[in-house]
Amino acid sequence: MLRILHQIFRTGSVTEPLSPETEAVIEIVGDRLEKEIGRRFHRSLAIRLVDAGSCNGCELEIHALNNPIYNCERFGIHFTASPRFADMLLVTGPVSRNMEIALRRTYNAIPPPKLVVAAGDCGYNGGIFGVSYASLGGIDKVIPVDAYIHGCPPMPADLLNGILRVINQNSAARHK
Amino acid sequence: MITLKDIINGAIKQDVRLDEHQYPAGVTAFIVPRDLFVETARVMKTSHARLVAEWATDETPLGRGFGIFACYAKGPEYLIVKTDVPVEDPVFPTLTKKFVPSYRFERQIQSLMGIKPVGHPDGRPWIKHEDWPEDAWPLRKTFDPSIYMPRVKGEYKFIRAEGEGVYEIPVGPVHAGIIEPGHFRFQAVGEDILNLEEKLGYVHKGIEKRFENLSWAEGAKLAGRVSGDTTVAHSLAYCMALESMAGYNPPERSLWLRALMLERERIANHLGDIGAICNDTAFAFLLYQLSRLKEILLRTNYKLFGHRLMMDTVVPGGVSVDITTEGIEEILSELNWLSNEFERLAIIYDENPSLEDRVRDTGILTPDKAKELGVVGFVARASGQPLDCRIQYPFPPYDRIVPRMTVLQSGDVHARAWVRVEEIRDSIELIRKILDTLPSDRIKTGLDVPAADRKGFAVVEGWRGEIVYWTQSGPNGEINRCMVRDPSSVNWLALEQAIHGNIVPDFPLCNKSFNQSYSGHDL
Repeated sequence: MLRILHQIFRTGSVTEPLSPETEAVIEIVGDRLEKEIGRRFHRSLAIRLVDAGSCNGCELEIHALNNPIYNCERFGIHFTASPRFADMLLVTGPVSRNMEIALRRTYNAIPPPKLVVAAGDCGYNGGIFGVSYASLGGIDKVIPVDAYIHGCPPMPADLLNGILRVINQNSAARHK
Repeated sequence: MITLKDIINGAIKQDVRLDEHQYPAGVTAFIVPRDLFVETARVMKTSHARLVAEWATDETPLGRGFGIFACYAKGPEYLIVKTDVPVEDPVFPTLTKKFVPSYRFERQIQSLMGIKPVGHPDGRPWIKHEDWPEDAWPLRKTFDPSIYMPRVKGEYKFIRAEGEGVYEIPVGPVHAGIIEPGHFRFQAVGEDILNLEEKLGYVHKGIEKRFENLSWAEGAKLAGRVSGDTTVAHSLAYCMALESMAGYNPPERSLWLRALMLERERIANHLGDIGAICNDTAFAFLLYQLSRLKEILLRTNYKLFGHRLMMDTVVPGGVSVDITTEGIEEILSELNWLSNEFERLAIIYDENPSLEDRVRDTGILTPDKAKELGVVGFVARASGQPLDCRIQYPFPPYDRIVPRMTVLQSGDVHARAWVRVEEIRDSIELIRKILDTLPSDRIKTGLDVPAADRKGFAVVEGWRGEIVYWTQSGPNGEINRCMVRDPSSVNWLALEQAIHGNIVPDFPLCNKSFNQSYSGHDL
């Protein structure tokens, strides 16, 4: 126990101020955000992640959002196990054929108002997997998308900035 | 020392032909008639070889029919046995009575190539789902991958248990956390698991078919995205298979840099995984401490190699990015810091009784089962199997900088975690030696398209285990087939066995301790 406490004290807080996103990585689309749905989740956002066929690279970077350095929970963002509790659906992958139905069901299970963010190049246009018998070629082929965060995979700072932009958290509010 | 090659030559004699087009030189490939396919398997089994992979190829562009391949290994030797299958009679005799891994390999062959393994006890599709058209066989050349397949009515029957108090728990494909999708069907009484059955294939993206539409250079990018967390090892195996076919030896410096990146990938994943295993016992402290260490490592990767996960750094002919003396200094001082921090955390893991209570004797995969199932990687080493391709089938620099293998016998969650603790310690040492002996040289050579009708083969010890790539060039030197065998393809079945005698709440812990790839398995 003492060793654990000692390690906690010597490590201290390692959470960093969030650096700005890489240029042109975040793309907001669709008109749902214009209806200011994002503002409702301004301080408290529950995200349900669905891997719709990704290679797992995006998942690693999304995991990093929960590490003590990026610490997404300080912005009121947390990941939830059930779509019933979710406000936002974060989706990765090109949508493999075998995940199409599960993705749609998860989307339908989220009570409105809801938002969809596609993370990674695969979610945008299928990435290197393209469009084929097994890859639908983008998340918007199945459900409406509100924002794309480009990258292969997108870095954690870009993911976090993208999500914050979608829920209208401006930079002044972030650094409290 | 009798080799597998000698054994087959001795047992089958006149009906066996040597395949001259298989590279590299150390890998023997035999062609046997269909009715001797099982006999060669029997002979391999009695010689204590393991079945590494079994796959099918459509060789019609090369003027032949279909081919069924089985790859065996024992110690440092890999051996491939092929049998020709005519297109009009797409059947072959099953190897399931000899080798357990062939259960899923053959179901996959039937599902994706439409070649029936005669005598196979399980006719359900694998990877292919029940709502695909019956005659959709994507790996056949006659299949057009750009056409959308309609959904048909189908049923996938799971094993069921009956009795008072027995209930069925379906989990997935969408899982509770930030994790890949797959389906698990439990039969349970109270908390005790009677049976677990996996159904995978949810992230099948048609990767093997996609390779056939890409150039060799583009294929390296695809290989790096078969399993994003193992991007270096996968692209390395692909490049080595291609280089073996084209007869290329990349410059020495690039081999050392490849090993450097491979070991960094190993450390990063092991750090994250040990943390995740502890988190599943509710010891979140270690998850946060270890994920912080991993984050620093990934940032250094980004700074020195341009990508946190090092995607697209291993390319055909070498590597795409070099390292300066400042970079070397930075890595060495980072390793000193990492080692110091990690040792403190290893002690905390080791002396925590409630953690120990959860991880010891949970999810036991006995050494006998591990051997029978043909598992590889840290799963094998945690269950008494001394397998490590870096040691048994080394490529430079591993022939001089030999890794230390940690083998444990208990096969429980703790063993799978502790093997990784030791591997982090060893990889830190390996990187120090790699940087100390780094040759000066170019980092890349140009690579031509391989000659027609050649076959390449490579094996790399990724952080999960043995990754196998087998490549074949078509009539114009293009990609006719790229067979990918991720270690998960053999290891997933071991989870079903290890879970026996455990409780449902321990399933996430057991699954995490295996942490096999869904994407690498489904392809």
